[in-house]
This record gives sequence, structure tokens and C-alpha cells, in this order.
Amino acid sequence: MNRHVPPPAIACTVNGRKTELKSSPHERLSVVLRCELGLTGTKVGCDAGDCGACTVLVDGAPVCACLTAAAQVTGCSVTTLEGLSQDGRLTRLQDAFLEFGAAQCGICTPGMLMSAAALLDATPAPSKRDVEDALGGVLCRCTGYAKIIDAVLFAAGSNAVRSPAQAGTSVGQPIRRVDGEPKVDGREQFGADGVPADALMVKLIRSPHHHARFEIGDTATFLDAHPGLVAVMTAADIPGTNIHGTIPPFADQPVFAESVARFRGEAIAMVVGEREAIAALDMSQFPVSWEPLTHALKPAEALNTGSPLLHQNRAGNVMVRGMVQKGNVDDGLAKATHVIKRSYSTPFVEHAYIEPEAGWAVRDGDTIVIHGCTQAPHLDRESTAPILDLADSQVRIVPSACGGGFGSKLDLSFQPYIALAAWKLGRSCGIVYTRQESMRSTTKRHPSEITLKAGCDATGRITGFDFSGTFNTGAYASWGPTVANRVPVHASGPFHIENYRAQSVAVHTHCAPSGAFRGFGVPQSAVAQESVFDELADIAGIDRLEFRLINALDNGLPTATGQVFESGVGIKACLEALRDPYAKAREAAGAFNKKGGHLRKGVGLGTCWYGCGNTSLPNPSTMKVGIDAAGTVWLHQGAMDIGQGASTVMVQIMADALGVPADAIRLKSGDTAITPDAGKTSASRQTFVSGNATRLAGEALREQLLRHANVAADASIRLEPGALVLTDGDGERRIDLSGLEADPEGYVFKAVETYDPPTTPLDENGQGEPYAVFGYGAHMMELTVDTRLGTVKLDRLTAVHDVGRAINPLLVEGQIEGGAAQGIGLALMEDYIPGRTENLHDYLIPTFGDMPEVKSIIVEVPDPHGPYGAKGLGEHVLIPTAPAILNAIRDATGACVRHLPATPDKVLAAIRAKEQGDG
Amino acid sequence: MAGYAQPTSLAEAVTLLGDGGWTVLAGGTDVYPALGETPLTSPVMDISRLGDLRGIAPSPDGGIRIGALTTWTDIVRASLPPAFRALQQAAREVGSVQIQNRATIAGNLCNASPAADGVPPLLALDARVELASRSGSRTLPLSDFIQGNRKTARDSGELLTFIHVPAAGLRGNSAFFKLGSRRYLVISIAMIAARLAADGNGIITDAAVAVGACSAVAQRLPALESALIGKNLQAAAGIAAPQHLAVLSPIDDVRAPAGYRMEAALEGVRRALTMAGEGASA
Repeated sequence: MNRHVPPPAIACTVNGRKTELKSSPHERLSVVLRCELGLTGTKVGCDAGDCGACTVLVDGAPVCACLTAAAQVTGCSVTTLEGLSQDGRLTRLQDAFLEFGAAQCGICTPGMLMSAAALLDATPAPSKRDVEDALGGVLCRCTGYAKIIDAVLFAAGSNAVRSPAQAGTSVGQPIRRVDGEPKVDGREQFGADGVPADALMVKLIRSPHHHARFEIGDTATFLDAHPGLVAVMTAADIPGTNIHGTIPPFADQPVFAESVARFRGEAIAMVVGEREAIAALDMSQFPVSWEPLTHALKPAEALNTGSPLLHQNRAGNVMVRGMVQKGNVDDGLAKATHVIKRSYSTPFVEHAYIEPEAGWAVRDGDTIVIHGCTQAPHLDRESTAPILDLADSQVRIVPSACGGGFGSKLDLSFQPYIALAAWKLGRSCGIVYTRQESMRSTTKRHPSEITLKAGCDATGRITGFDFSGTFNTGAYASWGPTVANRVPVHASGPFHIENYRAQSVAVHTHCAPSGAFRGFGVPQSAVAQESVFDELADIAGIDRLEFRLINALDNGLPTATGQVFESGVGIKACLEALRDPYAKAREAAGAFNKKGGHLRKGVGLGTCWYGCGNTSLPNPSTMKVGIDAAGTVWLHQGAMDIGQGASTVMVQIMADALGVPADAIRLKSGDTAITPDAGKTSASRQTFVSGNATRLAGEALREQLLRHANVAADASIRLEPGALVLTDGDGERRIDLSGLEADPEGYVFKAVETYDPPTTPLDENGQGEPYAVFGYGAHMMELTVDTRLGTVKLDRLTAVHDVGRAINPLLVEGQIEGGAAQGIGLALMEDYIPGRTENLHDYLIPTFGDMPEVKSIIVEVPDPHGPYGAKGLGEHVLIPTAPAILNAIRDATGACVRHLPATPDKVLAAIRAKEQGDG
Repeated sequence: MAGYAQPTSLAEAVTLLGDGGWTVLAGGTDVYPALGETPLTSPVMDISRLGDLRGIAPSPDGGIRIGALTTWTDIVRASLPPAFRALQQAAREVGSVQIQNRATIAGNLCNASPAADGVPPLLALDARVELASRSGSRTLPLSDFIQGNRKTARDSGELLTFIHVPAAGLRGNSAFFKLGSRRYLVISIAMIAARLAADGNGIITDAAVAVGACSAVAQRLPALESALIGKNLQAAAGIAAPQHLAVLSPIDDVRAPAGYRMEAALEGVRRALTMAGEGASA
């Protein structure tokens, strides 16, 4: 028998063109399309059929390219996203994705579009259910799916319509995202898409143990035995300091562990080689010996005396504590009419963006250039430079499109490895994380264990609030200190509480580092606070919505940190907006439940507040805008757009500040060599902080133009080729740009402005003004519980958010729907267990079929600091969702689920407990 | 580089297969995910070109024969008797449309996952599997074929070629009930297939109930089936009782604890019986 049957020529048609594939017959079709044919419009999210991002059509049928062998498309017609456009023009379907905001980060968009195209081919007039069934195999982590369904139904010619953008000013208009087209036609370049074909590839050797001593063996022999491998590098190869961290005083994470690995998935070495050699490498051949050591995966274990210390300078494995207190909690609780004390827990939550970390680096003389996905290019630069022993100016970060971030892509991950390899080897070096290593090694949402004791008087006023939270911060600091600080500030929720104490502690364990994840611990604390408020309201005999209104913050009332806002506090407006829908929903649920049966409907509330920007720390953003001699306006926009729409928002703000149409503004985005530092895309700060910098830069540029032309303040500006025309009541002034001297960047007019929000430090009791602005929101979830199975079906979410001013209502809705989807995942299904749920079929995130109908209500209580009154939104959106679900389950059944996720078995157990009277 | 064979006839396939050592590839939906982060190194026999093994046809004995390479989409689209409704409903629950377009019915059986969606409906149809090798072929009941978690009676030189549903298995109407923690792309916590046939008075004459994901191999519930015979269809759901599930041995895993699985399985059995009972009358 001949095992080595010569590979037959793989003749097929790709996007209408006859093609002969040279790849190995068993190569995954996704690899063939991307690497052999350069069709990077097909994305790889999991290599296991779990995410659907790689969906292509084979003879018209959608399949996962990652599960299809190259030889299996012999004689077939393969269509990828690049083949969807007709004659270079977008199809109605692609256009609808832009019109409805169905693509946020865009990484799942190819899978969505290909699945939808196949559906519309077979079923020209699909129902919503048809769309869900057809697209249900593609995961999206950004959108919450609603806008995708709308877009597909619209493309099919249904009556789904959205109001078109109005003429006039840009701010407030639901314009299409300015960076949308490449996301729907396959041109968008994510971290893995631009890796040069001849680049060396980097593969990391990671610890298979939670805690282990290791010794690396004979790597020279290993290299000799594997032709095509070029180098093995370890901590010893790092020219600078083998340490990084997002918060410098806490920096503790090695690039490569030295002799001891502190979590499963930690890198200890890297192998660099030619692409084929790395692809064929069996990592178990790497010469390393492991000696597993005692590990602690839970804070309770790590806090035990005798538990090994993760870091010698952090006694008891306590990394940091946080506290905010005011009034007298013990007195407040003593004088309460009703007091309850409850405990809650939440697990690790994985960001599960569909794009695993990827990028490539190249040495350019004395500079190292790092391309790849990130939320924080300038932070990457500052963190990478000392590792390579370079000046900041010698590190250039060129962000690729970012296929979802949600907090985890704030930290360094792949950057130092490819930078080190490219710096030392003088060749381009690329890396693409597998789904498993992305899940194992990058940051997570902090697991929490929270106890809350709270009491109210007979009128429902909260008289005392005593909160204590323990957060599993994993092996390294990452953003743990931020969580420990933010939680005590926010644990009150948007409520006025005079006697308040909130303590937090972040504890090291032998787990992947917990870091930033949309909300920095506040979604966890809100679960406790909102659940306790509901129970207290019931005990006091007060309607749950009224209870919240009685205690709501307002202008002139101090927050838990003693901060008083004279205007802009919007929680009451949010709650008032729910008054009618809440009454109707309660009535409908009551009528349904009266009929009896095992299905029970419930209605639940949750609220949020969230401070925008760094907590009591400087947090500046800088924006630059210039006009070149051709008359083009260039905005140097460094606020990373990770799908949320920052680029579009900045353009809209610039348009109004400068006084030109939005489509007149061109972008230069996110390259540390050409864009000033606009800070991180985190803490819901970009619209507020960078938006203000944009507004200031636009106003400054406008002022220059007006002065130059000597026209009135209300003059209009018209851009013409090579000229500006300014018109006021006295007539028209024309500025001939060719007559002006251009600066080295080619600009004849330019403005650079910085905005830093006003805050004050917190004192030893956590009192002070940590944020210049808070945003507010309230969610109402209607759901049905199957009391025999414990399953929960979400019917409708009414989500109210005070955004101050919606710069782009379409993007606001997209944030709300997508954030709610993550809140749903947190409430009902997500549970990352190191070593067990390191893939997207054991770790579940919501699919098309798990979303309720979402009705967004935008409330605009302007903020005096915000650009045009705008407040941040990105994190607020998921905070109220999980508590609203838990409260609705309790409303439906009386059962309290206090340990997330509320999987069917836990819901059923809570129902049984309630029936037995100990709920 | 690993070898790759793409035989175009069954004879060629089983001849090669007799040498052993092959990874058999059809839809690829289990082979590729099972690789994890390791490269594919074993020789691959891609049987997807064995066109004779794809499709559904009546058998001479009055039953129905399903080719090994029949995809779940093929099953969804086929015109089949009501006894196949559970299988068709299960077909819609296998992974996603992308998976259903590639994954084959034989792959689902040979992969032998305790949570394979196709197994309970086929058990409820009294299905048998046919295995071919160099030395001929043999047929055995599906319940004997799957022997444990990821373990089957298939010898490395054998290929599963056909699934046979006997005429007796075509009687009545069936239904499938799947329980998972989300709507799409979900591995079952428990799933149930029930097939009921009844006479003109609604008296149950045939009953087959199988439960998946609650033991290493999906199980029929013979005690329940016996108890159902002679009872009225309307009463079927009420007859199911905890003792009928004694053959199950669920485990605790990330999807659910064992105790919950038992409770949910009983409820699922009742629901599947109710659904199967609607339209089961002769």
C-alpha cells in the first residue's frame, strides 16, 4: 500500500475564477484561502467550528472553512467574502450591514454575510426565525445580533427600516460608521491578516500546569532536529527588563516565566521558524521538564496561611485593598427597620472576542515596528520599550483593525514576543494565537465573592450599606488595582447612601491574570447591590421601581465618595422612563401567571452608574487636525476604534466643531508615529475625553481660519480644492491655500489640543472626586422561566441609558445591544474554568437565539463637561443586565440565584429551595 | 507530510483501510476540532468521494437505508415517514447550518460522543449499522456498535457504510427534545427521542424512548417502553417515572450536575412523549 499517495492537483473555482491549489490535500480550507490565495476576508476564530467566522460557500452551501480539507473542494465552486461584491460594488446585503450598523469590529462579519447570502439565495423572503436559524452558527461578541437581523431582513426587502441621517449638523445623527466599508467587503486587515507571507512565525511554549517549576533542556539539539526552525528564545534573551504591567507600580508580569510558571498558559519560551516548520511543529517535542507545585485557584485557598506566595513582596497573596466609607455604617444599620445580608459570587468571564491576538513586527533601523490588534497603542509602546531596552521613540505601534477587545487587549500579550524576535533576527516575525492560548493566557473578568448587608427605614430610605468584595486577581496584577479601586466607588449604584462602607481585596491565585473587562468589577458589584435592593423593597412593602426612585442620586446629592454634581445626574430620568413600560410589563406577566402552568413570567430591574475615565488620575487625550494645501481636512485620530465607533464619533464631533460636513474629514488613525496619544480605549472614556480633545482641536482650528479670513464667529466654511471659502454677513472670503506655507507635515493650518478631565484624589476614606462625569442607566428584563427545567427564555429588554448627548444614536444602540448580550452571558451561561473551558464550545457565549428583543431608550441629560453634553457608555451598557435578569427570575418564581451563571440546574435548584421555604 | 488518500470506490477504500493506521475523514467536523493545537500527522483517508454512500433509500425488506455520508442537511431535507421526525429534528440541532452541511450521520456514530445528537433518534428507530472491510461486511444493532465514550465496535480496517432502519422501526411518530444552556451551537445537557405508535383507539402499540448525554452511551428505556404498551397516548407522559431512568448514569460536568440531568431527563422524556403522541394514532 502506498501511504504517500501523491497529492492530486486540487482544481476548483474560487470566487468565479478557476484555480489550482498547491496546498497539502488535508490542509484546512481556511489556511489555503488565507495563506495560499491571500483571501484574508475569511477569518479564523477557533479552528473548531464553534464560531463560524470562517464561513464560506462551497457550491452555494455555507461551511466552516476551518473544518474542510483542501482536497474536498476539488471540482467545487468556493465563494468567499471577496467574491460577494459584484463588479466591485457592494450587494444590497453588504450595504444593509453598513446602513444598520450590523458590523462593529467586523471580525464576524464575513461569516455573517456569507451565511446570510446563502439564506437569501434559498429563501428570498425569510422570517426573523429563518435568519436566526441560518446565522445561528456564527458568533458575534459586539452587536448583540439585533442589527444583523435587521440588516438581513432589510436586504430581503422586508419592511425593516431605519430613519436616514438628517441633513444639517453631524452630532446627533445616526450616520454610517466612517470605517465600515472594508468590514463588509473583506478588505479589513486584522492582526493576522497582514502578516507578510515570508515572515518567520513565533510559537510560544506555555505551562500546562497551574503552578510548576521547570527546566528547559537542550534547545540546540531541538533546533537541529527541526529543519526550518530558526531560534528558541527565553527570558535570558531579553535585552531589557523581563517585566511588564499596565499599572507601573504594580508591574509584575514576566514576558517569559523564569524557572517557575505561576499559571496554566504562562509563556516560558518561544520557538521561531519558517511558517511551514512552525505549522508542522508538535509542541510536545520541546525540551522542557516540569515539576508541578501546589497551587491555589480560589482566593480562599490562596489566603490560607501556608499557601505558596505568588509574589514574595505581597504578604498573604493580597495584592491590594480598596475602601470607600462615609457616615456611620453600624449606626445606620442599627437604626434600620429592615436589614438583610446576602452573599453572591461570579466566575471568571472570558472576553471571547472572535479575533485571537495576532500581529507581526519588523525592525526598521533603530526602530521596532509592531503591527497588530490593540486597544492602547501608546501604552503598548511604553510597556514594550523597556523590555527591549529601547527608548519609547524607538518603538512604533501600528494598530491593525481590532476584532473585539472589551478590556483584554489593553494589556501586552503577543507584542513583546514578536518584537524581540524581529529585533534580534532582523526579519519580519508574526504570531497568531490559537483560540485555546488566547483563552488560557490573556486576562479575564475577576471572579468575585461579595457579601452585602444593607438596611432601610420604613419609608424605604437606605440607612446603611456594608459591602465587602473579594476578587480573584490571578497570578499577575494587570488591572487588578483598578478593579479594587473602582468597585468601592461604584458599589452603591446610582444611589444616595449616607452611611456607607465598601471594601475590596484583590487576591493572587495560580490563574491567568484577571484584568480589565468592560466595567472593571462593577458588573459584579451591581449583581449584589441590585439584588439586595429588590429584596429590601419587597420586605419594606414598596414597589421595586419606587424604592429605587426614593434612593436615587440627584443633582446636589453627594455620591458615596462625597462628590456632588450640580447638574447632569440622569438616573431619575432613566427610572422615570421605565415607569410606564414597567407597569405594563408587570400587568402582562401577572395576567400570564394567573393562568397557571409551569411557565412563569417575570419582570426585573437593574440600574447602573459608571464614572468615565481613570479613577482620580490624570487621563489626557490629545487630538490633532490639519488642513493641507489641497484643502483636505485630516484628523489624526488616536482613539482606538475597536468596533465601538470612536472614529465615527470623533469625525462627527470634529465636523461640528470646525463647521464642515462629516464627509469632508479624512482620518489618520492610531499609529504612534503619526497620531498623538489619545489614551486607552477603556473606562468608557473615548467619547468623553478624546471627544473633548477633538472638539477643542476643531474649535481651535476654526478660530485660526476665522482670524485668518477676518470673518465673524458664525461664518460658514466651505472646502474647495486648494481653497477655503468663508462666508459671513459681510460676504465671502476666499483663502487660497497654495499661497500659504505648509509645515513639515504638509499642513497650512493645524491645531493640536489636549483635554484632561478634572478629578481630585481620594483620601484615606475614599472621599474625593474620582471622575468628572458619570453615565447612568436602567434596564428592565421581561422573561419566562420554565419551572420544571430551570431554563430561562428572555422575552424583552427595555434598556434606558442617559448618554448626555447621543453623538451617533445608531452607535449608541449598537453599544446597548452588544453590552446587554455580554450581560446576558454573565447572568446565564459564561463560566471560564482554567484547564476545562478553554474553547468556545465548553465556554458558552450568547448566540442569535439567546437574545431578547431589545428596546433602547436614549435619555439625554447633558453633562457640563462632556462634548456637546455627551457622557461615556461603553461599559455602562452591561452593568444592569445581569441583575435585571436575576431579579426577573426572582419575580417569576420567587427563587434567588446568587451564584452565577444562572444555568438551568442552578435556577431549578433555587426554585426547589424556594418551594422548601429556604429561598 | 501525512499521506492523503481519496478513494472513489468502496472496494478501494476498504482495501487501503485494511492496512490500518488511517484517520477516516468525511465531513471533518470532528476530525479537525479533535486536533486541538497539534498538527495533523496521521495518514488521512478522505471518504467523501464515495458517492454511493450518500443518500436515503427504501430497503428491500420494507425498511429504510441511510448511507454513511448522508449529511444532516440531507436528512433535514429528505421526505421521510413520521417515525423519522425525531431524527430530522435532531438534524437541525447538530451544531449549526455550517456543521449540518458537512457533518455525516456515520461520523456522528463513529465519533461516539455521549452527547451525539443523532444517537437517541436512531436508537429509537431500532437502527442497525453495517460495517464493510476487506473480508466482507457485518451488521449489528446500533446499541451494540457504540460501546462507550468515544468507543465503538468498529475495527480499524472497517468502514461504517450504511445505517439500516427496519420496517418495524418505521411505525408511528417520533419527537426529539434537546436541552442545552443556549439556543444554537450547544452540546446537550440531555436529549430525548421518543417514538410512539398507536391503534385507531389511541392505544399505544409500539414505544421506543432513548436518552442521550445522561450516560456514556445513549440508552433506551425498556422499562418505560413496556409500561407504555397498551396505555392511551394521552396518558403517555404521565406514565414516565423516575424508576424508568434507572439505566442512566449521568455524570457531573461543566454543563450540569448529575442530579439535575436525571431530573431534566425525566421532564424531557415526558415532553418528548407528549410531542410524539400528537399524530401517533393510526
